[in-house]
Amino acid sequence: MNRLAVELPGLSLKNPIMPASGCFGFGREYARFYDLSVLGAIMIKATTKEPRFGNPTPRVAETPGGMLNAIGLQNPGLDKVLTEELPWLEQFDVPIIANIAGSTMEEYVEVAAAISKAPNVHALELNISCPNVKKGGITFGTVPEVAAELTRLVKEVSAVPVYVKLSPNVTDIVAMAKAIEQAGADGLTMINTLVGMRIDVKTGRPILANGTGGLSGPAVKPIAIRMIYEVSQAVSIPIIGMGGVQTAEDVLEFFYAGASAVAVGTANFVDPFVCPTIINELPALLDELGIDQISECTGRSWKICAHAVHCRP
Amino acid sequence: MIGREQMTVASQRLIAERTYELTLAGRLVQEMKQPGQFVHVKVAASADPLLRRPLSLCQIDHEQGQCTIIYRQEGKGTALLAQKQPGDTVDVLGPLGHGFPLEAAPAGGRALLVGGGIGVPPLYELAKQLANRGVNVVSVLGFQTKAAVFYEEKFAAFGETYIATDDGSHGAAGRVTDVIEARALEFDVLYACGPKPMLKALDERFRGRPVYLSLEERMGCGVGACFACVCHVPGSETAYKKVCSDGPVFRAGEVVL
Repeated sequence: MNRLAVELPGLSLKNPIMPASGCFGFGREYARFYDLSVLGAIMIKATTKEPRFGNPTPRVAETPGGMLNAIGLQNPGLDKVLTEELPWLEQFDVPIIANIAGSTMEEYVEVAAAISKAPNVHALELNISCPNVKKGGITFGTVPEVAAELTRLVKEVSAVPVYVKLSPNVTDIVAMAKAIEQAGADGLTMINTLVGMRIDVKTGRPILANGTGGLSGPAVKPIAIRMIYEVSQAVSIPIIGMGGVQTAEDVLEFFYAGASAVAVGTANFVDPFVCPTIINELPALLDELGIDQISECTGRSWKICAHAVHCRP
Repeated sequence: MIGREQMTVASQRLIAERTYELTLAGRLVQEMKQPGQFVHVKVAASADPLLRRPLSLCQIDHEQGQCTIIYRQEGKGTALLAQKQPGDTVDVLGPLGHGFPLEAAPAGGRALLVGGGIGVPPLYELAKQLANRGVNVVSVLGFQTKAAVFYEEKFAAFGETYIATDDGSHGAAGRVTDVIEARALEFDVLYACGPKPMLKALDERFRGRPVYLSLEERMGCGVGACFACVCHVPGSETAYKKVCSDGPVFRAGEVVL
């Protein structure tokens, strides 16, 4: 049996590794480096109803162990994604998780209804946590009642399971997760970027044209681990974890925290081959740690904790 | 074909104020063809600095299997790169992007190469390849001050070369556009790389002529996936080009500067 295989709502994954939305475009760029069929899944760039140009440049700024971005959901719009990007991806044996965004609930619903019917879209990822757009995006991700309502509406129209991408920019991420679970979400993906800022010491002005941006990369990994650790113990739907993953060891850490699959984001920019490299390295790491199936690892950190507490003499 | 390689440092030397000439050896050189293309360099194996640095190719030597890049030490990343010694390795992704179109310059015709500061390096390989094709090369290179000037003699080997410095400490005082005007320099095609105000001035002055501009923008991935380095296309709200993968060289008027 394939020891890397993972079963999630709507997704039978040959391995639990997938590029994260916004870090892989629609796959075309990385298809020049390797066969995308080796991936567990692909989370495509956020799609909105109309084409979006996004924010002015500069859109990225480096930070110690991380990067800030304020792209602003640039994408070619629903029609082009349906007629060009998704059909192009059909040549690969890989399920697509379509990330969808909008500035109104109606827009989310319209995009969800249409994109979820594409043959290679096996799940939706509801982007309620983009910090870089003025309207929509993060406002849906910071108020539990609003997030729950949006989840309900999208679930009603979606032809495939719905995962909701959580923002770390909240006071109580467990409350958000529970509200979204109760609203019928099939899974969670977490975490999106943390709102941050850098200021140019020569000009005294923010480096990003947008002022603020979303922090990603290894710098945010401990926050992602902590949040997945908390949320996975409070909900019963699966979590696809992300936030600073660079290595096979990082992947196991996310599993131990409570994730059932793992997405790789910023690391693709540093090393275009990072996803296949991690997939190739996982079996040896499992051997080293005496693990048979990677799916056994989900939540091991808190399962061990709970056991230890109960067994204390 | 784009590849990733741990290239070996053949040499590194300081050629002007804070300006380094780094020569790298590796099989990836054989993939490097077009002047104006760039490589994406990871200066340290650690996660800090995290991202690669886009650096333009200054010389491509297929016989020796070596390429040269020239960069200015500005921040932490380039400071680390400046410490590399012969025999050290550098993690290189490339070659990336679309360079200067050589075929735009007719054999026997005249190409005007205009460079500003750290935008000068890619024009050197361009001058070499144009001269090989029988194109007359005229170079106008602008720098802040005498201490920043590099490659003056090397460019002169391929044709008339004029230097301008902001403070007049070397060559003509003023901007490259002042030199072009004062000397009444004519051209069949103009190629330029440098700061955006310089590119804008050239674009406005020579609107409608065959002018090719190499742009610089903060990049993430360097391969077109992250959408960090986009620019607008004239006449559209949503149409865009990516500097890393559609450029960095564009025909003047193709994108909004």
